[in-house]
Parts: sequence; C-alpha cells; structure tokens
Amino acid sequence: MNKIFENAFEALKDINKDGQQILAGGFGLCGIPENCIAALRELGKKNLTFVSNNAGVDDFGLGLLLQSKQIKKMMSSYVGENATFEKQLLAGELEVELIPQGTLAERIRAGGAGIPAFFTPTGVGTEVAKGKEVRNIDGRDYVLEKAITGDIAIVRAAKADKFGNLVFRKTARNFNPLCAMAGKITVVEAEEIVEIGEIDPDDVQLSGAFVQRIFKAQNLEKRIEFRTISQ
Amino acid sequence: MPLTRDQIAKRISQEVEDGFVVNLGIGIPTLVANYIPENMFVMLQSENGLLGMGPFPTEDKVDADLINAGKQTITAVDGSAFFDSATSFAMIRGGHVDLTVLGAMQVDQSGNIANWMIPGKMVKGMGGAMDLVAGAKKVVVAMQHVDKHGNSKLLEKCDLPFTGLGCIQKVVTDYGVLEIDEEGFCVKEYAPDLSPEEVAKATAGKVRIAEDCKVMEF
Repeated sequence: MNKIFENAFEALKDINKDGQQILAGGFGLCGIPENCIAALRELGKKNLTFVSNNAGVDDFGLGLLLQSKQIKKMMSSYVGENATFEKQLLAGELEVELIPQGTLAERIRAGGAGIPAFFTPTGVGTEVAKGKEVRNIDGRDYVLEKAITGDIAIVRAAKADKFGNLVFRKTARNFNPLCAMAGKITVVEAEEIVEIGEIDPDDVQLSGAFVQRIFKAQNLEKRIEFRTISQ
Repeated sequence: MPLTRDQIAKRISQEVEDGFVVNLGIGIPTLVANYIPENMFVMLQSENGLLGMGPFPTEDKVDADLINAGKQTITAVDGSAFFDSATSFAMIRGGHVDLTVLGAMQVDQSGNIANWMIPGKMVKGMGGAMDLVAGAKKVVVAMQHVDKHGNSKLLEKCDLPFTGLGCIQKVVTDYGVLEIDEEGFCVKEYAPDLSPEEVAKATAGKVRIAEDCKVMEF
C-alpha cells in the first residue's frame, strides 16, 4: 500500500477528467484544499461540477477555477463573495444549484454513508422543495433530498498518517471529512504527514478507509476573508 | 423615535436563558452577544462547526483556521467544541439549539419568513438560514418594522420567496415586540416613544394588542 504522493499535481493528474463532479472541503476560505485547486487549474480540465459550500473569492479558492472557466456548475449554499461568479452566472456561462447548508452537508454525508436519499424538514414550502417529493411523517412535512457523491474529493487536513487517518484543526474541519467520505477517489492535502501509529486511535477524526491519496501541503496561504480584531 | 439596532439587540438578549445554546445570525442578531449577562452560561453556536464562540481575537491570537459563519476571525471559549458541518446541522435541525436569532426582509402573520432572495436581484444563497428556521426550538426575528418607504415588513403574507413556513414565534423590531399565533400578530411590547396603537397601525396583516401589553424595558 502506498497512498503518499509527491504533490497535488501528481495526486490528481491521472484521475482528473473533463466533466467530473468534484467535492471540495472548506467553508469560505477556511480549510480549503489550496494545493489541489492550484493543481486542477494547471491540469486545465473543463466542464467540472463543484460541490462546495462556497465558491471562493475572485482571486483565491474556487474563484481561481472560475477565472479559468473550468467550472460548469456549482452546488453551494452561499456564493456571495465572488464577482467573477456573478458575472458568469448572469452571462449564462455558469449553472448554480443553491442548497441549504445543512441539506448540503447531509447530502454529502449520505453519499459517503450509502444512504441514497433522506427526508428533511429544511426547505418545506420554499423554492428548494420544488419538484421534490414531500411526505408527511407523524404530522410534519419533509422534503426528499438525494445523496451527493463525487468522482473526486479534495480535502485539507491538519495531520494524516500514511494510512490516511485524519485529524482536522478547529473550524477548518467543516465540510472536509464529509467530502472525504463521499469521494470515489479522495485526495487529502495534509499539513503534516506522520507514520502509522503516531496518531492515537482515539484522536482520529476520519478513518483512513475513506482516503485514497495523500500528499504534504506546500506553501499554504491560509488567506483570511475578514480579519476581525479585539483591542 | 424607533429603537436603535443596539436597543433591539438588548431587548432580544432577554430571551436568552442560563444554559442555552444560541445561534445568532449576521447583522443585529450578532449584537445580541454583547448583552448576554456575564453570570449566565450561554454557548454560542457558529454553524460552520463550533459551539462556544468567543469574541474577536487580539492581533496575536488571529487564526485562519478559526472563523465564524460570517467568515470573521474569532476565538473559542473554555468548554467549546469543534465539529464537522453535518454534525453542526444535526445540532440545528435536530432541535438542540434553544434559540436562533436572525434577520428578515419580511415576516407574515402565519409565522412565515422571507430573508434569502429578492427576485430579479443577484441571489447569493440561503446559507444555513433554512435549516435554522426549520430546526431551532425558538426562532426570534430581529428586524426593522418598516421599509424605507414606510411600508410594513410585517405582512399578511410574504411576497418574497419563503425561507421557512410557520416557524417564527416572535419578532423584535425598532417599534416593539410582537408574537405570532393562530390569531396573527399580537403586540406584546411597544417602544418607549410609541403607543401600542401606533405599533399595531404600522403592522400589516391581522394584528391585535395584548391585554397585558407594556412598554419595552432594557
């Protein structure tokens, strides 16, 4: 077994194809797989669908792949911080499916957990429920939402061992373990890679069973979207 | 004079009880945190994966891996926990959040809320709003009572796309505090410079004044 790759480009070059659906961890710019995004830009594949809570900002995160017009569709809960996104959407170059954040998280989780669909109270009676089955269960209405999986998942972790057991850091965890679970091939950029046995089993936040490829993240910028300070 | 944003926030802080798990939305709701009494143990939830949100960090404590749902750098208090987004929304949707405070463009007499899109304008997305209104035990809306043309934002029926149906029990505005039940809006409190009748008059839809209606206290 060897899951370790030299870098993002090496980990992605033989698996990234035109038209793929890619799951990307991160919330805003926090915990995003920066190296993977840069490598996908270098690989230049087109018509990609991205499942990601946000769409980055103009010059960082998934905004980089919008700039290079590699993204055909975004499945996200909030896309407000990105002018390139707005421009492409209004020009009809980009498709967007807006999904309530909890529904998005659960759809990805379900995808990784082998649950094809589930009923949720979120979005009943709203545009989100249009065209979907609504069922009354014990007196309350619920919308049927389908699972999401990805051809590839790209995620960032704070630490990985060589089997792919992962530890995340603070709120950089967010969608990362969920995306990792739901990717057919999951590529992890880890800030630190350690030997098998070095992570206490009680401290593993996502088992290596969900991880296929790992590389050590390099030169992470970890850009902050809104730097708010107390005096 | 209608109330200031801070006065609205201060009044809403009275809805918070010791031991509560609370999610505060962006805008006026965020200000509520400033008025929670220090002797109360309250955990603030940030839906990106933190229960136990603290104040903004000092310069030396800024951490790119620690942000709130508004993508601002924050801190985590003693006793806090980090979790993934599915767990975060299990907490929200599963009814483990005692109180959610959020802003709205419109609320109607049936407890419906619209706060995520205006047709014809760029749609940014609902984020976690639909989950929050569907799941919290108690949802309080903080909003301005009327729009810039003086039209009530409390309506018989929302004409903007819904965020959730029948999920709002209480609205705190710059005019007063209104509860929503089967009979429509009920004016429970009024701003010091207004009368209960003025609050009712400024409210569209079915509205009545509570028998025990009183002036707002801060």
